[in-house]
Amino acid sequence: MSDIKVKIKDRFGVSHLLDAPTDMAMNIMELCKAYELPVEGTCGGMAMCASCQCYVHSNHELSEIGEAEEEMLDQAFFVKENSRLGCQLYLSIEMDGLELELAPES
Amino acid sequence: MIKTDILIIGAGPVGLFTVFEAGLLKLRCHLIDALPYAGGQCAEIYPKKPIYDIPAYPEILAGDLIQNLAQQIAPFEPTYTLGERAETIDKLADGNFIVTTNKGTEHLAAAVIIAGGLGSFEPRKPPIEGISDYEDRGVNYMIKDPEIFRNKRVVISGGGDSALDWTIFLANVAREVILVHRKNEFRGALDSVEKVSELAKKGKIKLITEAEVTEIHGNGKVESVIVNHAKEGNIEVPCDHFIPLFGLLPKLGPIANWGLEIEKNAIKVNNALDYSTNIPGIFAVGDVNTYPGKLKLILCGFHEATIAVQFAYNIVNPGKKYLMKYTTVNGITGFNGETKKSEKAVVKSI
Repeated sequence: MSDIKVKIKDRFGVSHLLDAPTDMAMNIMELCKAYELPVEGTCGGMAMCASCQCYVHSNHELSEIGEAEEEMLDQAFFVKENSRLGCQLYLSIEMDGLELELAPES
Repeated sequence: MIKTDILIIGAGPVGLFTVFEAGLLKLRCHLIDALPYAGGQCAEIYPKKPIYDIPAYPEILAGDLIQNLAQQIAPFEPTYTLGERAETIDKLADGNFIVTTNKGTEHLAAAVIIAGGLGSFEPRKPPIEGISDYEDRGVNYMIKDPEIFRNKRVVISGGGDSALDWTIFLANVAREVILVHRKNEFRGALDSVEKVSELAKKGKIKLITEAEVTEIHGNGKVESVIVNHAKEGNIEVPCDHFIPLFGLLPKLGPIANWGLEIEKNAIKVNNALDYSTNIPGIFAVGDVNTYPGKLKLILCGFHEATIAVQFAYNIVNPGKKYLMKYTTVNGITGFNGETKKSEKAVVKSI
């Protein structure tokens, strides 16, 4: 079994505990879309739209922010210290128990 | 007035391939695109990225895909209105449509196929309360004519290339230029970053970093903005113009007001039959449409376009019979009368 649990708080403050496969090369943006959470993923996952911006609330060690992601977060709104782009966070075993919150739409 | 059989809105890969399928049915196409060249996202956003799921191409660069499509549709002599955005649509009493662009160019067609992808690219607007009330009254998301800023006090917000470039340019035009950026560092071209910092040292511009514009004040036009600084709190900055430069975001744009059924920023179509919208004569194909089970893939868009033009044919040529033909059997005949066809096999009798 390669599923992990990821907790995502939507924009109405409702938390969703999601079973997330780690063997399908999925990222957080795709996971949200698969569960029909309101994440646009406009650019398809190229770190070019910030519609999947989320805030990381747990202390998990995540992949480093790449240049494209940093550039996008530079232009996005509602950015906080713990902002990440969901499309750049690929699901892995280490992310079990991860807690995220969707940033407001902009 | 530009007249055509099928008017295609959006010159991305799916819009371009629509020309091919229409051409096989001897239908002429004209394309409108807000970008100044054909190719859509493939040309604008990721021309150098490889695509791996185009059938029979194990790998192809997005830019090359567009070039190949342009070559493939050349026999059907498509015409273009580029750099203009389709703004309004009117249905005439005879069933034809007139589509007018933001620059006033009019197009007449019996059928319209929207292949608008994610929509047209529009400036990303900062979430500041009441900002829309000041649009064109001191708030400018794009700089079309820098002369309007001559001798004015300007606040620019953003940290990318365009914020830096305009800061440098307007330093010699405006009376005062203040660049506000959320971070301490800028991510633009090194040369521009250095120039901006030099201008700041010389006192030709003012930099406010670790800060954001959070409010706009004025009476009918911009008179000042509130800059929220990480350490100093709110600072009121008197100005005549506020220019937020935070890049572009695709939006459905004016198409959203055409009376089409929209769901989740996409146009609902009848995928069980012909990819038509709720308005007879208007079809939507590719990323711009939605239906149960929709996948936003170029290859799905190619399929949708192929089906849609078969039905558009009936609108352009009511009652006229035709049957889909195989290009392997019949080749393709361009509008100049030239036919590309496979060589006949030589049969020798013994």
